[in-house]
Amino acid sequence: MTEPAIVADGIGKRFGDVEALCNVSFDVPHGTVLGLLGPNGAGKTTAVRVLTTLLPSDSGSARVLGLDVATDRQAVRASIGLAGQYAAVDEVVTARENLQLVGRLTHMGKADIAARAVELLDQFNLADAADRQVKTFSGGMRRRLDLAAALVHRPPVLFLDEPTTGLDPKGRGDLWLTIEQLVEDGTTLLLTTQYLEEADRLADRIVVIDHGTVIAEGTSAELKGRLGSTVLEFGFADRDHAGRAAGVLESLGSPTLDGTLLRITVDDGGRSMLAAVRALDEAGVEPTTAALREPTLDDVFLTLTGHPAEMTADAESDADTADRAPAEVGATPDRGAA
Amino acid sequence: MATATIDTSGNADATPPPGPGTHVARHTAVADAVTLTWRNLLNLRRKPQLIVFATIQPVIFVLMFRFVFGGAISVPGTSYVNYLMPGIFIQTVTFGALTTGVGLAEDMQNGLIDRFRSLPMARSAVLVGRTMADLCRNVFVVALMAVVGFLVGFRWETNALAFLAGLGVVLLFSFALSWVFAYVGMVVGDAETAQAASFPILAPLVFASSAFVPLNTMPGWLQAFAEHQPVSITVDAVRALCLGGPTAGPVFKACLWMLVIVAVFAPLAVRQYRKV
Repeated sequence: MTEPAIVADGIGKRFGDVEALCNVSFDVPHGTVLGLLGPNGAGKTTAVRVLTTLLPSDSGSARVLGLDVATDRQAVRASIGLAGQYAAVDEVVTARENLQLVGRLTHMGKADIAARAVELLDQFNLADAADRQVKTFSGGMRRRLDLAAALVHRPPVLFLDEPTTGLDPKGRGDLWLTIEQLVEDGTTLLLTTQYLEEADRLADRIVVIDHGTVIAEGTSAELKGRLGSTVLEFGFADRDHAGRAAGVLESLGSPTLDGTLLRITVDDGGRSMLAAVRALDEAGVEPTTAALREPTLDDVFLTLTGHPAEMTADAESDADTADRAPAEVGATPDRGAA
Repeated sequence: MATATIDTSGNADATPPPGPGTHVARHTAVADAVTLTWRNLLNLRRKPQLIVFATIQPVIFVLMFRFVFGGAISVPGTSYVNYLMPGIFIQTVTFGALTTGVGLAEDMQNGLIDRFRSLPMARSAVLVGRTMADLCRNVFVVALMAVVGFLVGFRWETNALAFLAGLGVVLLFSFALSWVFAYVGMVVGDAETAQAASFPILAPLVFASSAFVPLNTMPGWLQAFAEHQPVSITVDAVRALCLGGPTAGPVFKACLWMLVIVAVFAPLAVRQYRKV
């Protein structure tokens, strides 16, 4: 068995007093997607910068396709594509010229560059805007172009640093479809995100990172499974009904009331649901809604870190921004529906 | 412990052609620099207002000094407009040099430098491409200023060849200064600050110099500085080439200054580029 496409082996990085990464290890097998999930300032961008040769780590090592990111930089760079949080495209020149620029800088043949640019512009639905200056583009178009620019030299390994941050829901959905297509074609992908929904949707495996430390790792289902439970949720017409129902269902677990909404965390969802419905029927308390749902990654994050995913965004010092342009501090995490 | 060499054969299909290692071949470095020069010039062509604004200020200076202050300034051995234009050429490229820093800071700010650094290209290319493009821009700007000079009455007193050599010295000086502001731009990291940080460096160099007035009108302590600083030295060299007098000494001294500037700031800029 060959080594995974991306291997992070105990990476550590400090910026002054801020420990941006602390002994971070994970790997990404060929052709799979790893979601690096964490709030702003968790160290996601720093990890990506180390893995893409932009930043030397203080300790540990990392390899991409077996090549050491510290000593074999140029060879690593030839194998990777990077699309960042900020659409790193030249505003003043056209979309086509942006792609040609990357083609020339990765030393592709002239004919190949032209053909590849056309191919990518088609694939990313930018053909109509190919010869327009990028400054006329919408946010979604810029992101698509940025992603296209990362793919010009057909890198087998792709790093996407918060690819949908700041996009509207439609732009986000479009970009997800594009990313899924890439993965289908065999690209190995490391994706950072602060959107739980995004990791759930795109990633085969998820590494949860907080304050520069890996706090959990597994598939989306495994992480949810760590809660070891299912959630029963009933809605009632008024508080009075909800209160009576809470008394009726006490035997199933410990119900929590949230206005007219009643939640019970149980271990065997199906059986408990049936029992609950029977008990409510016997007591003559009729719910207006009833749901059996899996815990969301939001629930997981809350359980793992003790704080919701979006809490740390502004409140804490942002290790990711310590080595970057000040603009990043302003990035607002308009969280997707989770 | 897995080492880098063990696994590469196993995923040969996924591994691109063997990279040239950490060191990029020389022809690649040249090609990459040319590519980025092309990109920067493309930028300039799409934003011609950059050149327009780069020349408006010096044109105003020409008009102001030629027609407003000029009458009150007496210079030995020549007309004031002939004295003025070599100073204007140097002033133009000196203030223009901050464009190098602003351009690099902009590229850093919007993530382009990160993109470039993640590509298997020569590390020198970003800086060389930027300074070369700015040199090309200055060729255009200096030619334009020469035309303005002729329009307001400037005439060389040597010959066309010496005059062109003078413009050559101006362009070399602009290239040397580009490296100063490449460094400044990357240290401050954003375009507005780069612009603001550059002015306090430039103003004393340009105004406490022989660019507009003879040095003997300044107080002694200022003369001591003005006499030896690079702008004065270079203006004197250009003036000698345009208006006559001994040229070898002044031109040699000017070239020495340029060498010192590049020798100090090019390595600083390269080091800073690796750090960002």
